[in-house]
Amino acid sequence: MKFTLSWLNDHLATKATLDDILAHMLKAGLEVEEVHDPREALKAFTVCKVIAAEPHPDADKLRVCKVETVDGTKQIVCGAPNARAGMTAIYAPLGAFIPGLDFALDKKPRKIRGVESHGMMCSTKELEAGEDHDGIADLDASIPLGTPAADALGLADPVIDFEVTPNRPDWLGVQGIARDLAAAGAGRFIPHEPKKVSGSFDCPVEIRLDAPEACPMFAGALVRGVKNGPSPDWMQHRLKAVGIQPKSLLVDVTNYISFDRARPLHVYDAAKLSGTVCARLGRKGEALEALDGKTYTVTEDMCVIADDSGVIGLGGVMGGESTAVSADTVDVFIESAWFDPLRTARTGRATGIHSDARYRFERGVDPQSCVDGLNLALALILEYGGGTASKANIAGSISARAEKVTFYPADVERLTGLVVRGAEMRRILKDLGFSVEDAGDAWYLMPPSHRFDMEQSADIVEEIARLIGYDQLPTTSLPAPEGGVRAITTPMQARVRAARRVLAGRGFLEAVTWSFMAKEHAALFGKTPDCLTVSNPVASDLNQMRPSILANLAVASQRAANRGEPGVRFFEAGPVYLGDGPDDQRTMVAAFVRPVTERHWQGAPHAYDSYAAKADLFAVLEALGQPGDRFQVAPPVQPHWHPGQAASLKLGPKVTVAHFGALHPGVLKQLDVDGPAYGFELNLNALPVMKARATKTRPVLERSDLSPIRRDLAFVVDRSVAAGDVVRHAQGADKQLIHSVDVFDVYEGPGVPEGSKSIAVEVTIQPKEKLKDEDIQALMERIVSAVAKGAGGVLRG
Amino acid sequence: MSDIKQIETEALAAVAGAGDLDALDAVRVAELGKKGRISGLMGALGRMSPEERKENGPKLNALKTTVDEAIRARKTELEAAALEQQLAREKLDLTLPPGAGPKTGALHPVMQVFEEIAAIFGDMGFTVAEGPDVEDDWHNFTALNFPEGHPARETHDTFFMKAGEGDAPKVLRTHTSPVQIRTMMKQKPPIRILVPGRVYRNDWDATHTPMFHQVEGLVIEKGTHMGHLKGCLIDFVKAFFEVDSVEARFRPHFFPFTEPSAEMDVKYTRKGEVIEIGAGDSWMEILGSGMVHPNVLRNCGIDPNEYQGFAFGMGVDRLAMLKYGMPDLRPYFEADPQWTRHYGFAPWATPSVSGGLS
Repeated sequence: MKFTLSWLNDHLATKATLDDILAHMLKAGLEVEEVHDPREALKAFTVCKVIAAEPHPDADKLRVCKVETVDGTKQIVCGAPNARAGMTAIYAPLGAFIPGLDFALDKKPRKIRGVESHGMMCSTKELEAGEDHDGIADLDASIPLGTPAADALGLADPVIDFEVTPNRPDWLGVQGIARDLAAAGAGRFIPHEPKKVSGSFDCPVEIRLDAPEACPMFAGALVRGVKNGPSPDWMQHRLKAVGIQPKSLLVDVTNYISFDRARPLHVYDAAKLSGTVCARLGRKGEALEALDGKTYTVTEDMCVIADDSGVIGLGGVMGGESTAVSADTVDVFIESAWFDPLRTARTGRATGIHSDARYRFERGVDPQSCVDGLNLALALILEYGGGTASKANIAGSISARAEKVTFYPADVERLTGLVVRGAEMRRILKDLGFSVEDAGDAWYLMPPSHRFDMEQSADIVEEIARLIGYDQLPTTSLPAPEGGVRAITTPMQARVRAARRVLAGRGFLEAVTWSFMAKEHAALFGKTPDCLTVSNPVASDLNQMRPSILANLAVASQRAANRGEPGVRFFEAGPVYLGDGPDDQRTMVAAFVRPVTERHWQGAPHAYDSYAAKADLFAVLEALGQPGDRFQVAPPVQPHWHPGQAASLKLGPKVTVAHFGALHPGVLKQLDVDGPAYGFELNLNALPVMKARATKTRPVLERSDLSPIRRDLAFVVDRSVAAGDVVRHAQGADKQLIHSVDVFDVYEGPGVPEGSKSIAVEVTIQPKEKLKDEDIQALMERIVSAVAKGAGGVLRG
Repeated sequence: MSDIKQIETEALAAVAGAGDLDALDAVRVAELGKKGRISGLMGALGRMSPEERKENGPKLNALKTTVDEAIRARKTELEAAALEQQLAREKLDLTLPPGAGPKTGALHPVMQVFEEIAAIFGDMGFTVAEGPDVEDDWHNFTALNFPEGHPARETHDTFFMKAGEGDAPKVLRTHTSPVQIRTMMKQKPPIRILVPGRVYRNDWDATHTPMFHQVEGLVIEKGTHMGHLKGCLIDFVKAFFEVDSVEARFRPHFFPFTEPSAEMDVKYTRKGEVIEIGAGDSWMEILGSGMVHPNVLRNCGIDPNEYQGFAFGMGVDRLAMLKYGMPDLRPYFEADPQWTRHYGFAPWATPSVSGGLS
């Protein structure tokens, strides 16, 4: 919302400077967004008097002028055809920045065709103060030398733009702004009771309300014999200053009242109306060619204004072309109605029309302003357009608010910590237009009719606090909580933190990518239910909540490769979505690596592969206190993994904790990502929550005095047998004695039968008491028979 | 035994002349070995008469000791020389790079700043709470006192999910405030929670991304008033920007779920690329806050006459920008390795109030 300082002064008697006004706005909650002070922009320019204007000796179109200025008499070479002796003009000194030309004059006088020029005289266009560039500004001779250009051009009025919060539609009128600023102490509010215009004849236009729930009140009147020329200069200046293009007296008056009083109006060319003007709901098949030149389909939910010809306006949103006023309008019918905010908002959304009327009606227009607004319009039209006014025709009514707000003055201190005297509270409330019934501990307040946000005591507390100023409130550190400070993170958050730090420590860069992705890509990674499809996505390829983080990392990885970093390791810890319920979100840790051939002078290291992904995943699990060997390695159950080079990590048959290994080459291809690529995705929610132990004391260290014994065994097994099974069966032979079984070689080839492989393991035995050779031999035999039984392994000779 | 002196001279010369450990050992064997010259003389002592033995015994012992010591000393010398030679051969070019392996990675600044904020508020007794990104209209709007159809809803540029016939569409939460509701519905006051999370608005330009991060705070206790809100947030800003003092102001504003409501501005100054927070000549808005609206408390079954408190919400991406100087929001979500390495944090950087945030 924009307004000018002089406009404000119509409603606010004050000696406050612009800066004071801005400070009071801030205090009262009117958040200033921009201030344009033409006096600042035109500070360098002043009024000058042209004493003489002689032809330039060397150029037909130039004149050499002698000019009296604030800096003394100057010689200025001027190209304007209207430069003449005796003229009053605008002087720009050397070095001045000319806004309309976007350059600054040289600081030293310049020779123009051999004649020195000590400054410039400007057109209004060059000052961005008008459109006239046929010649330099030709001002009234009565304006004294040295007058600031902004004053001389009538531009001395600063324009203030501020944010109107949705709860304060009354700030959409300058009058409402003035009322708040007066209550904040910026001056005295000047009430303007609109003159009651007494019409000389009955309004010939009938008004009917068929949908009082949509339009409960409609006041109308006719002015006969009006001349719809341009509106007065002062009105045009103000409208232009707030960004409204003046059109004609009748249109400008409605816009002016909209900005002055937050009261939208509409004017119809009465000659174009046929029959009764009716406010009703729209009907199927109706349409309106609106004032913006577009045609809108009317729905049964919309409130329309109609006459015998059909729909002539969308109530509270926009009028129609067919009954619009023009320069030829002689009789004008003025509408001052009240439209339901919610319905107006729906109509506005459905049509996409953003009009000043919609903006006001959907936030709430003072229901008491129907008649006042009409009278104000009649007065302005009669004053500047002539004609004779009819009596007002008022259909319907809006009953005044009945329920009072109960305000407990003690709430001010309770909620804000601020102690305010009763008299001061009363003063503020009265300035804001409340009626106050003081009943001691409780006050009964009737809010003014333009306030829709006053329901309970807390609402009044805010009014008091903001108008006294939040800077007056105490500043008190929050006392420590009862019982002291506890651990602040949940086990889940602790997992996220640990996992992130492990991966960053292992060379991964942390990514944060969109929660949404392209639906067709999402389908490659999991289920894509419609309930997780965004119906109004910001971009068409960001329309599905992701079922996996890997796709985003894959695309990021390819992008990095295209920029010359093919081997980046990315991870992300973040959400994936299985459904739209509150418990359908999972926190995943995903990692993605495209291997690159690395070289090293000591020999090439292994390129990143499924086993490297497993190592990274297991490092994370280790850090989370859930070592990877607690889980079973099983074939992948998600479609985006390589069926033979990836695996799932399971906890029992039902719970899948993670996947790791190679991504499916077909899926990568559809993402336009070059393979191969490896990674993992760990579902932190699927990991069991460890019970918090009652004590932090650790169990006693059981140290063995005996050295561990190590023995190597090699088994020939069928090629399809998993090494993990061999290890598991070997370990199962004696869980007490066998500390670990580690695979150190896997071999296929000569010496091993076709279709078989040899798996060599190192068995580490941790004796509790001295073992004899035969005990160890017996243990080895138990291992061999366990592997034979469980995995069909034969000890290799 | 007139030749003892002679033997000593010869033996010592041989020791001194031994060029390496093998030669020295040969000398030792020749003199002191089982069949060595001096050992032989010592052996001959047994066959001597007691007088001769008395005379020659000490001399021979002295000879043996002298030669033995000379050999040991020479051995030490030769060993030192040998080691010297060995070390000279063993020189490595340690300018070569160490064993291959990935360089250390980096943590995303937004995630780090989340932890910084949590550390500060954790110190004030807040615990972290979380909630879902896909929300229903009631938690995201209605319970937070956004009446249906109210223009305040439109300012949120809400993303809607597809809905089944006749169902109200779910939304992507437009703020972390629904977690206030979820917490108050299941937990009795006193409450001090901090809610970090992703939020979504349908807006994408130089200063907005369709997904961003917020931290919400909520305090519901008896007797907590707006002065505490001011104190708590000023304490936070000082701790977060790691400055000793901060000039802040609170302005009235409108949020449907707080009453009274306030926005907080801090003074700052810009020196070239660097923004200094806490003092200066310009104001910057950093967060929205207010006393929890009585309607919100009632919606969660809390009596506003018994309990009261404040809530605040701030954009984490922007706070990270202000503290660490990222010039633009957009690269936050692009997983750009250069950006992440430059603005990211080392894995061992763990923010805490006592140990320092950054």
